[in-house]
Amino acid sequence: MVSSKTAANKKPAKPAAAKKPKRALDQPPEFSPEQEMHAYRQMLLIRRFEEKAGQLYGMGVIGGFCHLYIGQEAVVVGMQMAIGEGDQIITSYRDHGHMLACEMDPKGVMAELTGRRGGYSKGKGGSMHMFSREKNFYGGHGIVAAQVPIGTGLAFSNYLKGTDRVSLTYFGEGATNQGQVYESFNMASLWSLPVVYVLENNRYAMGTSVTRAAAKSEELFNRGSVYGIPGEQVDGMDVRAVKEAADRAVAHCRAGKGPMILEMMTYRYRGHSMSDPAKYRSKEEVQKMRQEHDPIEQVRQRLIKSGAMTEDSLKSIDKEVRAIVAEAAEFAQVDPEPDPAELWTDILVEA
Amino acid sequence: MPIQILMPALSPTMEEGKLAKWLVKEGDDVTSGDVIAEIETDKATMEVEAVDEGKIGKILIEEGAENVKVNVPIAVLLEDGEDASSIDVSAMAAPTPPASADAAPPPVEAPSVSTPAAPEPETAPSDPEIPEGTELVATTVRDALRDAMAEEMRRDDTVFVMGEEVAEYQGAYKVTQGLLDEFGGKRVIDTPITEHGFAGVGVGAAFGGLRPIVEFMTFNFAMQAMDHIINSAAKTLYMSGGQMGCPIVFRGPNGAASRVGAQHSQDYSSWFSHVPGLKVIAPYTAADAKGLLKSAIRDPNPVICLENEILYGKSFDVPQMDDWLVPLGKAKILREGSDVTVVSFSHGLTYALAAAEELAGQGISAEVIDLRSLRPMDTATIIASVKKTNRLVTVEEGWAVCGVGAEISAVVMSEAFDHLDAPVQRVSGKDVPMPYAANLEKLALPSAQDVVDAAKRVCYRD
Ligand SMILES: Cc1ncc(C[n+]2csc(CCOP(=O)(O)OP(=O)(O)O)c2C)c(N)n1
Repeated sequence: MVSSKTAANKKPAKPAAAKKPKRALDQPPEFSPEQEMHAYRQMLLIRRFEEKAGQLYGMGVIGGFCHLYIGQEAVVVGMQMAIGEGDQIITSYRDHGHMLACEMDPKGVMAELTGRRGGYSKGKGGSMHMFSREKNFYGGHGIVAAQVPIGTGLAFSNYLKGTDRVSLTYFGEGATNQGQVYESFNMASLWSLPVVYVLENNRYAMGTSVTRAAAKSEELFNRGSVYGIPGEQVDGMDVRAVKEAADRAVAHCRAGKGPMILEMMTYRYRGHSMSDPAKYRSKEEVQKMRQEHDPIEQVRQRLIKSGAMTEDSLKSIDKEVRAIVAEAAEFAQVDPEPDPAELWTDILVEA
Repeated sequence: MPIQILMPALSPTMEEGKLAKWLVKEGDDVTSGDVIAEIETDKATMEVEAVDEGKIGKILIEEGAENVKVNVPIAVLLEDGEDASSIDVSAMAAPTPPASADAAPPPVEAPSVSTPAAPEPETAPSDPEIPEGTELVATTVRDALRDAMAEEMRRDDTVFVMGEEVAEYQGAYKVTQGLLDEFGGKRVIDTPITEHGFAGVGVGAAFGGLRPIVEFMTFNFAMQAMDHIINSAAKTLYMSGGQMGCPIVFRGPNGAASRVGAQHSQDYSSWFSHVPGLKVIAPYTAADAKGLLKSAIRDPNPVICLENEILYGKSFDVPQMDDWLVPLGKAKILREGSDVTVVSFSHGLTYALAAAEELAGQGISAEVIDLRSLRPMDTATIIASVKKTNRLVTVEEGWAVCGVGAEISAVVMSEAFDHLDAPVQRVSGKDVPMPYAANLEKLALPSAQDVVDAAKRVCYRD
């Protein structure tokens, strides 16, 4: 399984010229009706799931931290449309959307949020810490940027095993300032590792806007340039633009050309976590994003305009999605808490 | 059926809040996402958004109401076609609690983590450090820490604070509230999320003659900065033959909060206490938080100030004095007793004090010692107490293996072996990563009952 290439004899990648960011003006290629429908349904599932999670948190059924993905749905759904069986996904604590996009069971995700035995981590991980080997979802990480070297290591495993699989490593723009991100960039480029760094720029790291935390914040996609990693800026509110960029980045990795950075320009509608008073931005700013750039609404409008769907047929999808979420929420509340004996399990693997 | 809108919990530790303002009135239509009310907690003001569509049928809790418990219905939302007459207020109860593991219910009736701290008992000795007649003002630990920083920043303009969200956001846990306004952006600095980087910048600034206070949003994230805390801040004085002192304070909440999972719940007390070149404080009361932090800022060495999120909101009397300083390295007897010595620190004292009260009812007189500083540790106070009671129980939320209790046991064994009438007992967090599930988290943390049991064991009363 191990390929004959070794890290040492790889040709150094030539430094990539900083690309001009792609602008929303570049019209992304149209989706087929099936693709539009798929994206619509997946994004809606994430949105409704997160709304329900917010509600359960408010009722005290979910505890601790709970970071919602509402507003950013197009990023993970578009990326997921570009990959296949065996490609790996890893992200931060803002992870519910990624898990649903990986087709993990909403019931298992919601039950983890409520800390029940049917949750993906048997109730022991919580909102920030869920995993599924079966779906190649590697978590769920609570320490800002820690997933970046780990995702790079997943890519290293692909490289050493000689597969053509790709690691999608997601992180926020706030995480971009951590040193370990650059240590990862260096190794990924040095060894031409198949990793797509998906930088989800939702403009705020908790209460700090990107302009207050990052030098040259308008070109974060360029932060790999000194390591020879090409980067692009993508309209992360338009699922078609995300998919188009993802196709190219994944092809780049599969062709053995090394890592690539996609800076997804996106927005989170809700607070950082449930306890965020969100005083650092205006209501108008949030309202404007919701009204003019909502990723789900964009697809909805297109589906109706093209005649592919009617208001009524969309309503039935809505109903179907709501039923899935309601079932997950119901399960997550009736499923028992873990057996107390679970306190002492899973600490070490029996050797 | 009409939908109840419940008082939401907006943070892991919130139990109640003030319903500050209604932004809708009865009869208004709302859709999900509309802001319908504002609530206030001791940390912040937050907006409540509607999660369902409908018409506000009835407002059950008027605006301005204080101490509204989480999960109490605050309003009723009517769906299409319903009217206010369908509301049966009397039928509204809080939702049923989660199903518990029926197979094996939790074995002990452990008091929850959020059990309020027992007030300092009447029997407590008067604090020798406070002059007669000093006014005592009830202050939260959060405000006491802020006051300590503000006073020291007024006194010495080389003192500055930096960390994530300390300035404009007023602190992730609101400990630095108001400092930006008073001292400006040059001395109250929001950093990017780069713990390793800004800890190193802090060390450099200290070498350069400033007195940095570096806030970690929580100590879990200080793991990223461990190299600079230990290799740079703690060791450089020694390696430079005494030239390069590093007067710096690293502070922030440490240990478990409430259901924030394994990566956000660790107690690092024993980690930092292990390192020569560091001083470590872990206050429990607000008075100690203020007095110790002020001393720490003036100390010419690196000091780790381990705070606790659950204690932030608790109030204690703080002496109103111009310059309230608590010396580093001095423990304090919080409750005198004669049968058993219970040593703890920080949030562990909530269990220790509750247990002492319970034990008193059973005829066992426990002496409770608050270590306050972990390094240097006031072992003299512990040993003097053990010589009186001949029995010792240590209490900490962290893991027992190579922990603070292990250190105390070793010291007491070598220095007071002949005075011990029973082997020392350690009460600690269980030897597992912190689980998220509510029932497991409770089991993983120590409880007052654990302390009572340990005390009875050393008294041979079990
Ligand atoms: C090392 C570390 N430092 C601080 C935190 C606290 N924290 C959690 S999320 C966050 C903001 C991260 O922002 P960003 O990377 O932009 O991701 P987003 O939350 O916007 O998805 C901070 C400071 C943490 N979890 N880990």
